[in-house]
Amino acid sequence: MLAEELKTVAAREQEAESSRTACINVCAAASCQALQSDELKKALTLAVAAQGYGPEACTVRQVGCLGLCGAGPLVSVEPGGILYQRVQPSDAEEIVAALEGPRVERLALDSQMPFFTRQHRIVLENSGRIDPDRMEDYIAHDGYSALSTVLLEMQPADVIAEVAKSGLRGRGGAGYPTGLKWETVAKSAGSNKIIVCNADEGDPGAFMDRSVLESDPHRVLEGMVIAGYAVGASEGYIYVRAEYPLAVARLKTALRNAERHGLLGGDICGSHFTFRISIRLGAGAFVCGEETALLASIQGLRGTPRPRPPFPAQAGLWGYPTVINNVETFANIAPIIRNGGDWFSQLGTEHSKGTKVFALAGSIRNMGVIEVPMGMTLRNIIFDIGGGIPDGKRFKAVQTGGPSGGCIPENFLDTPVDYETLTSLGSIMGSGGMIVMDETSSMVDVARFFMEFCMTESCGKCIPCRAGTVQMHELLGRFCERRARPADLIMLEALCDLVRNTSLCGLGQSAPNPVLSTLRYFRPEYEAALMADTEALGGAA
Amino acid sequence: MPAYLEKINPPSDDKRWKMVAATMKKLGNRPSALIEALHTLQQTFGYLDKPGLIFVAAVLRVPPSLVYGAATFYHIFTMKPQGEHSCIVCTGTACYINGSGGLLKSIEAHEGVKPGQTTTDGRLSVLTARCFGACGLAPVAVVDGQMESRLTPEALQKRLEGMRVHAG
Repeated sequence: MLAEELKTVAAREQEAESSRTACINVCAAASCQALQSDELKKALTLAVAAQGYGPEACTVRQVGCLGLCGAGPLVSVEPGGILYQRVQPSDAEEIVAALEGPRVERLALDSQMPFFTRQHRIVLENSGRIDPDRMEDYIAHDGYSALSTVLLEMQPADVIAEVAKSGLRGRGGAGYPTGLKWETVAKSAGSNKIIVCNADEGDPGAFMDRSVLESDPHRVLEGMVIAGYAVGASEGYIYVRAEYPLAVARLKTALRNAERHGLLGGDICGSHFTFRISIRLGAGAFVCGEETALLASIQGLRGTPRPRPPFPAQAGLWGYPTVINNVETFANIAPIIRNGGDWFSQLGTEHSKGTKVFALAGSIRNMGVIEVPMGMTLRNIIFDIGGGIPDGKRFKAVQTGGPSGGCIPENFLDTPVDYETLTSLGSIMGSGGMIVMDETSSMVDVARFFMEFCMTESCGKCIPCRAGTVQMHELLGRFCERRARPADLIMLEALCDLVRNTSLCGLGQSAPNPVLSTLRYFRPEYEAALMADTEALGGAA
Repeated sequence: MPAYLEKINPPSDDKRWKMVAATMKKLGNRPSALIEALHTLQQTFGYLDKPGLIFVAAVLRVPPSLVYGAATFYHIFTMKPQGEHSCIVCTGTACYINGSGGLLKSIEAHEGVKPGQTTTDGRLSVLTARCFGACGLAPVAVVDGQMESRLTPEALQKRLEGMRVHAG
C-alpha cells in the first residue's frame, strides 16, 4: 500500500465514521470474552436491526480492551462516550432504545471518574476505539503513517536518533535504552540482522501485553518493521505465550492483512525495503521471558539462558545481531515517529520518559489495564485510578514486578513511579503488573507463593537457582507453619544473598526479591512465626 | 540413496500425522521447528507419545534425546493421555490471593484428583496454569476451553457436576 493509498483509506474510514448516527462498541478482549461478550454483541446486532437502524446509521462492532476489565462485559456508545458495565444480552434492547435519548443509568459508568480522566494514553490510544481485526480502522487512526514516513523520508540513522532522543527505555522491565540497543545492532558487523518481539508475558498478574496484542496488534507490527528498517534487518519473530490464544489469533489476522496490503513483505509502501514477521508460540516456561532463553526456544531448544556477553545485540538468534524488545516498547515506536522524540521526552521523569501501562489486580476496586505518565505516585494509581481497597479493608502492600519484584508498604505510597525509585524500594518496575493486597494477606505466605513459582520455573541450568529456590521455599514453609527457628531466619537471609549474587540469569538473581522486600518492610510477621516456636519450646521445657 | 535423503514415514496411516508433518514442512523441516511441531502433535493427539516424538525427531533430524528434553521442559506439553474433560485452574498471583487454593482443595475433595492427574474413569483431567491474564475476574478456571470467572468452590463444583450429567 502506497502512502497515498493509506491516506485514501483513512479518509474513507473517517467519512464513514462521521456519517453514522451511532456506533456501539463491544469489548472483545479475552477478559470480556470470558464473560460471553460475543453473545452480547449478537444480541445488540439483533436489537439494532429490530429497532430499524440500517448499517449506515448504526453499527455494532467488536473493539479491543476498554480498560476496566473487572466490570466487564463493557460496552461503549459513540458519540457521547457513554460506557456501560456488566452488560448482559438481555440489556441489549434497552441500550439500543437509549441511542437517541438519555443513557441507561442502571448500567452506566461515570466516564469522568479518575480511572478514565487521570490516564494518559499513548500505547493504548486505540484500545477500545478500533476493531483489532480491521486494518482499515488502524489506518484511520494514523496507523502505518509513521512507517510510510520512515521508509520514504528518513534514513535509518535518523530513525535511531529519534528513538534515542525520545528517551524510551525497554518496557519489559529492565529499562535498557531502546535507541542504544538499536544502535548497537545497527553497528554490528554482518548483513543479516533480526528483530524479536518478546510477547512471553509470564509474570502472573500481568496482562498489559495481552491487552495490547488483542486490542491493537498492527501497532506492534508497525513498530517492528520500523525497528527492522532502522537496524537493517529483514526478518522478525514474535514470541507469544500459548496461554493467550486470542492474542495469537489477532496477531495472525493482522499479519495476513498487512502482508496482503503490502505493509509487510517485499517493497513495503513502495520502497525497496523488505521485512517479514513470523509468530512463534511459547510453551509455558516463565524463564523464556529472559532474552537468551527466549532465543533458544525460537531455535527449537529447551529454554535455558546462557551467560552474557555476548549480548543478543551482538550475537543473538542463530548468532546474528538481534534486537529484542517487549510488546509495549514496539507499541511506543509509531507515536514517537509521528510526534517526534521531543514530544515523548516531555512526558515522565528525568530518567524515565513517556508513559507506562500497568495491570491493576488483586484487592482493588477498579481492576483493569491503565496507562499513566511515568512519575505518577503509587497512591494516585491505587487510590485515585484504582479506586482504593474494596469492602472497607485497609491497604497493606502493592506487589510490582511479579516474582522478580517486591512488596511496597503504605508509607512509600507517595513515591513517584519510575525505574530507579522502584528499584531503590527493593522492587522493580517489571513489565507492569500491580497486585494490591489488603490487611488479610500474609506477607510470608505471599513470599512463599512467589518462591514456589520461581522454584517450579527455574530451568535447572545453574545450581544457585535450582537448589537455592528449593531451600528457600522449604524455609519459608517453616515460617508459614509457624515452626521456624531463629537460625532459619539467618539461613534464609544468607541464601537470598547467595542466590541473588551467583545465579546465571535474571530469574535466579531476582527470585529473592519478594523475600527480601517483605523482610525489609514486614519483618515482624517473620518474627511472629519465630516467637510462637520459642514459646512452644519454653512450654515443653 | 543416502540415509538422510530418505522420506520419513509416519508411525501409522492415521490422518492426523499429516497435520504434524505439514507444520514441520512449513518451517522447512529444520530443527528450529521442534516446539511448533510438538504443539501440533499435542493439539491433534491430545498428548505427546513416544512414536510421535520419534517421528518428529526423525523428520527434523534432531536426536530423540533433545526432543524428549524439550517435551519435558515446557509445562504446556504433557506425555500422559488426558481425560475426556479438562479443568485448568489458574494459580497466578491475583487468583491465588482470591482463593484458587480453595478451588483445588475442593476439586481434590470431590473428584479425588490433584493437579496433573486424571480421574480413574478418565473423565476429568485437572491442571494448573500460571495466569491467563484475566486477573480482573479472579479466581478463574478454564473448563473445556471456556473460561469460568469469579469462581467459588461451590460454583466450580456445580460446573464440573453439570459436565458429568451431560456426559452421562
